[in-house]
Amino acid sequence: MDVRAQVSMVFHLDKCIGCHTCSVACKNIWTDRKGAEYMWWNNVETKPGTGYPTQWEDQERYRGGWQLDDDKLKLRLQGRGRTFGNLFANPDLPSLDDYYEPWTYQYEELFNAPEGDDQPTARPVSLISGKPMEIEAGPNWDDDLGGSPVYAANDVNLDALSEEERQELQEIDRLVFFYLPRICNHCVNPSCVAACPAGAIYKRGEDGVVLLSQDKCRAWRMCVSGCPYKKTYFNWSTGKSEKCILCYPRLESGHAPACFHSCVGRIRYLGLLLWDADRLLDTATVPEADLVEAQRQMLCDPRDPAVIASAKANGITDDQLAAARNSPVYRFVKEWRLALPLHPEFRTLPMLFYVPPMLPVISAMKRDGYYEVEGATDIASMPSLSTLERARIPLRYMANLFSAGNEEVVAAAYRKLLAVRVQMRAKTVGDVDPADLTAVMTAGEIDREEAEAIFRLTAMPTFEQRFVLPPMAREQAIEETVDPYTRKQETGFGSRQAAERRW
Amino acid sequence: MTDTFLFIAIPYAAVVLAVGGGILRYRYDRFSFSSQSSQLLENRTLFWGSNAWHYGILLVLFAHLAGLLATGAWAALIANPTRLYTLEAIGLGLAFLAFFGLSILILRRLTNAWVASVTSRADWLLLVLLLAQVGLGIYVTVVYRWGSDWYLHTAVPWLTSLAQFQPRIDMMTVLPWAVKAHALGGFLILFLFPFTRLVHVVTVPLSYIWRPYQLVIWNRRPKSEPSRLSRILSFSRRPRIR
Repeated sequence: MDVRAQVSMVFHLDKCIGCHTCSVACKNIWTDRKGAEYMWWNNVETKPGTGYPTQWEDQERYRGGWQLDDDKLKLRLQGRGRTFGNLFANPDLPSLDDYYEPWTYQYEELFNAPEGDDQPTARPVSLISGKPMEIEAGPNWDDDLGGSPVYAANDVNLDALSEEERQELQEIDRLVFFYLPRICNHCVNPSCVAACPAGAIYKRGEDGVVLLSQDKCRAWRMCVSGCPYKKTYFNWSTGKSEKCILCYPRLESGHAPACFHSCVGRIRYLGLLLWDADRLLDTATVPEADLVEAQRQMLCDPRDPAVIASAKANGITDDQLAAARNSPVYRFVKEWRLALPLHPEFRTLPMLFYVPPMLPVISAMKRDGYYEVEGATDIASMPSLSTLERARIPLRYMANLFSAGNEEVVAAAYRKLLAVRVQMRAKTVGDVDPADLTAVMTAGEIDREEAEAIFRLTAMPTFEQRFVLPPMAREQAIEETVDPYTRKQETGFGSRQAAERRW
Repeated sequence: MTDTFLFIAIPYAAVVLAVGGGILRYRYDRFSFSSQSSQLLENRTLFWGSNAWHYGILLVLFAHLAGLLATGAWAALIANPTRLYTLEAIGLGLAFLAFFGLSILILRRLTNAWVASVTSRADWLLLVLLLAQVGLGIYVTVVYRWGSDWYLHTAVPWLTSLAQFQPRIDMMTVLPWAVKAHALGGFLILFLFPFTRLVHVVTVPLSYIWRPYQLVIWNRRPKSEPSRLSRILSFSRRPRIR
């Protein structure tokens, strides 16, 4: 056993209102720079939709992530030999057109225009060439299903659906969508790290944050292709790749990441997970349908004495162990089995998890020209298990997103979420037949206590319950390499290098 | 006097500057120690231009180095006329490939507004110099045949004598202007090495061949003392990789 700590996040998609506040908070802190304007380390996509960059999920096209080849894990992009052959022009690099051309407006023309009969206008100009441009795409161009015949229809997750199911999704009566906020997944088997010829990308041992050394990056661009989530970006101005850093400077000082902190719907939960590095390879190579379960098995129980001993041997602090025992992420992912990884079939073992959205599951039907929640008349608008089969977004679609096509994994999560609702309705309204309640609870494999706990952490968590992470103890980290007192004397003045004379 | 300056002073100065400047830039400005890829901005023509240029020029450069470093083997190789003809033909083909690729890259930087916006003056200087150098090389190959042979008796002894600090330039001074210009062009490019994106030549990521796929760096776990070389090259206490 080789236990490591991983800072991990859960997104409760039922609570996401698609306001993009997380994206803007992130942009204002990290990517509001020349060459990074087009980057959205955090973006929010409408599903069904093609996302950003366009159709990033289509690995036939982008060749990101891993694939199994005779039970051996191989980069879908290329082997080591081909990496050298492709150094001069990476044939699988997305171009800026797959993202969008960043622009600004000539605001000064609003003030400087000579007096005339017409209103002055601020024309859009390219942030790359500085020339006037036509705006043809943006980072969330298909937001809220805008232009869905063009965009949503090309969603690769729809490929596995029957023609009938696809037609139904696009029926105007049944139009449905949900939001998918995405940042770097800080995978434990990251393919960006593996694809980088320069060795510039690494995982931090202490907290599992995946970082990209700007000094080591030599602009070979393989990480951009290698990441199946397209969450490493190439800065066209500095000639370096960049990615989400999970706001590690904020984490180290005990603050939540900007996207987390600004989240209006409070959909995010951040905490520690302990995982067993010895099981990494076995986990990443199981058949697709078993990936979610295998990843759950890879996570360690923070109360198990053997786990604690191994964690301590690896330098995981008592603070971190306490946080791991208190981790909302551990509860959602492992105890409650509600939160699922995004596209586990990429085999990078992403460490961010999503509670699938309940809301679009409940079907609506037309009755006498009005729309009602299905079942509203029979059991007092109570959602029942039968709604799962008639879900507005087919379970198969959700399974394509969150469980590598294994519908049972998603269905189990939904049965549990339904049980929580029915239990809460029984408690607060009191119109649920006890037999129905028992049936729903049995199907959801859940007891009253657990349902109550899920409800509380979902509906009314405090900030301290959503964000459980100790400061990263930089003082102790520094001790290993330099005397903290010396360090204290050095800091506070100077640039990247210490302010000292070398000759 | 002029010859001494051209064939002794310039080569030594260029090498000293390239090596010294390169190390200084690596030590103090490692961030910039690479090429600046523009592939994100323009994909299609880059594929043809960059591949043709790099594969062409690398092989031609290796041939030059082979003649210099393994003179005996090279002489034996071209002793047979058939092999000589074949080698010259291949070399000329590769030179044309490089010329073709570089021309595409230059045209691309002239015509694509996005790529033009990330092109610096130093880039242009380098591009023009490289194009002239390759053009001169092709001219010399075509006009003064069997260069792979006479190169061994002119430039090779000159370069060897420079390396042995006993400069002999008599075999270079009698050569036609185009050959002289080609030889000096190489050192002029070396002059530019530490000041331009040309530094990326020495950043070939060879360690990718043997390093494990996954890299984990612990701030808190000193595994071993860093080697002397890595301490000289690094400008701060860097954490160790496990």
